[in-house]
Amino acid sequence: MSPLKDNSIFSWTYELVADTLGGPEWLAYGLGALAVIMVVVNGFLLIGTIFTWMERKVVGRFQSRVGPNRVGPFGILQAVADAVKLLFQEDIVPRRADRLLFNAAPIVMLAPSLLALAVIPFGAGSYVADLNIGVLYVVAMSGIASLAVLIAGYASGNKLALLGSMRAVAMLLSYEIPLVMALLGITILAGSMSMVDIIAAQSVPFVLVSPLGALIFLIAMSAELNRPPFDVTEAESELVAGYLTEYSGMKFGVFYLAEFSNVVLAGALFAILFLDGWEWAILPSHLWFLIKVFGFLFVASWVRATLPRMRIDQILTFAWKYLFPLSLVNVLALAVETIAWPDPSGLQLWIMVAINWAIAAAAIPLLSLVVHLGEPARAGRRIPLSEEVF
Amino acid sequence: MENAFTEVAFWTLSIVTVGGALGVVRTHNMFRAALLLVVSFVGVAGIFALVNAEFLAVVQLLVYAGGVAVLVIFAAMITTNVTEGNRSTGTQPFAVLVSLVLLSALVSAIVQAEWALLPDDMPAPLAAAFVDTPAALGRMLLNEFVLPFEIAGVVLLAAVIGALSLVRER
Repeated sequence: MSPLKDNSIFSWTYELVADTLGGPEWLAYGLGALAVIMVVVNGFLLIGTIFTWMERKVVGRFQSRVGPNRVGPFGILQAVADAVKLLFQEDIVPRRADRLLFNAAPIVMLAPSLLALAVIPFGAGSYVADLNIGVLYVVAMSGIASLAVLIAGYASGNKLALLGSMRAVAMLLSYEIPLVMALLGITILAGSMSMVDIIAAQSVPFVLVSPLGALIFLIAMSAELNRPPFDVTEAESELVAGYLTEYSGMKFGVFYLAEFSNVVLAGALFAILFLDGWEWAILPSHLWFLIKVFGFLFVASWVRATLPRMRIDQILTFAWKYLFPLSLVNVLALAVETIAWPDPSGLQLWIMVAINWAIAAAAIPLLSLVVHLGEPARAGRRIPLSEEVF
Repeated sequence: MENAFTEVAFWTLSIVTVGGALGVVRTHNMFRAALLLVVSFVGVAGIFALVNAEFLAVVQLLVYAGGVAVLVIFAAMITTNVTEGNRSTGTQPFAVLVSLVLLSALVSAIVQAEWALLPDDMPAPLAAAFVDTPAALGRMLLNEFVLPFEIAGVVLLAAVIGALSLVRER
């Protein structure tokens, strides 16, 4: 009836309810599906919660601090303490807010990333659904998050929140294009949009075959996730906290959790698309997948601790004048190579690796000669202030 | 069971779609109207998914719910009074007339079209196309329908250039 039949959690629950307890079929089906959802969603949110602690710890070490170390061993229960604190905080809705939309925004923010989980393979054979449009599905889901940002900004009834959300959406829309182009390159290479097929196609990890694609994906993803150096939405010095300004208590908690869980989702995507997913030797596949995801999370924290924030006009210029042409070069190179070798053997793949690294090494410095982010002040030409752009 | 599920899903999605669309015209809050439009788009995507057109469903979400709706919201925010709506310009009767004509044209087209039901024993290539719709659509777009596809591209390019020349600093 559906791909769920292959799922071991599903069939275990199904058999327990239908055969052992003698329940009706529809109940067994529903409970089985619920069990799968419970495991996947809670596992994902648990990793997201661990990441909130891990990031504080890692960034702390980068800044010669200890990071959280009071609650539990190594402060690992800090996230729990934070959640409890947020739960007990007063729930404030501003008088000028649009109450309904104000309450809906956190849900609209978190729901798409949970929906996107459906197509993520966590290990050999463990996924909820293997859609033949997996990559596109994830992109569509991440696009809905920009709506949540707009809703939050508008519903807060606060000018700074609105300004922050307008900036955020301008940035999200701009970076979605290079992101999708990078994914297009992967789709061309693998000849499929299904996550499982993409992992199967990687006899050489795609991070080697398509270094430009991986770089563009990393940069565009950190913009999509509102992470430094692209975190203008919450630029404290300019906008208080952007669209989050008016949120408190658990509504803020949901936004916070969604933000961190989205980084985990991005890590899972990077592991699948560029690092050969769960495939590697010796260790069990789920463990490999977790190791790769946490590797990505560490790099994400590293970037956060290292790079300063960019100005909004620089960010948009960077997306359109630098990343976009770079992604076109990437797609063109991969398409030509795929036409030349429709079904590449091991050696041909390594030749592709060499060519693509050469292209990357040439294209990145060449483009940076042409594009200037911070234009030098010339007489008679005014540099627009960031507020005037958005 | 599958049939009952399909019925329930179809009617739920239809109510969501039509209800959302009605909400768009009825509400005075421009921002909420734009969001109700998204609800309607999502309903349509659900109906696409229900008839096994997953690719269309996802594209519907990506382009309409993720792209077009956001642009509509941007445009709505620029209008003078987002929460109250704009003053009526007295063109409502005309708008009703146009929509009725459009609706009747669409309905008659749908009713009069000859919907070929797929045979149970489909020939292999046709059956394969239903399993892997994106690949089949891609081949058709770049072979049989390459001219319309390219024309659409040129039209979009013209729109981009037009927009740029409109906002260019003089």
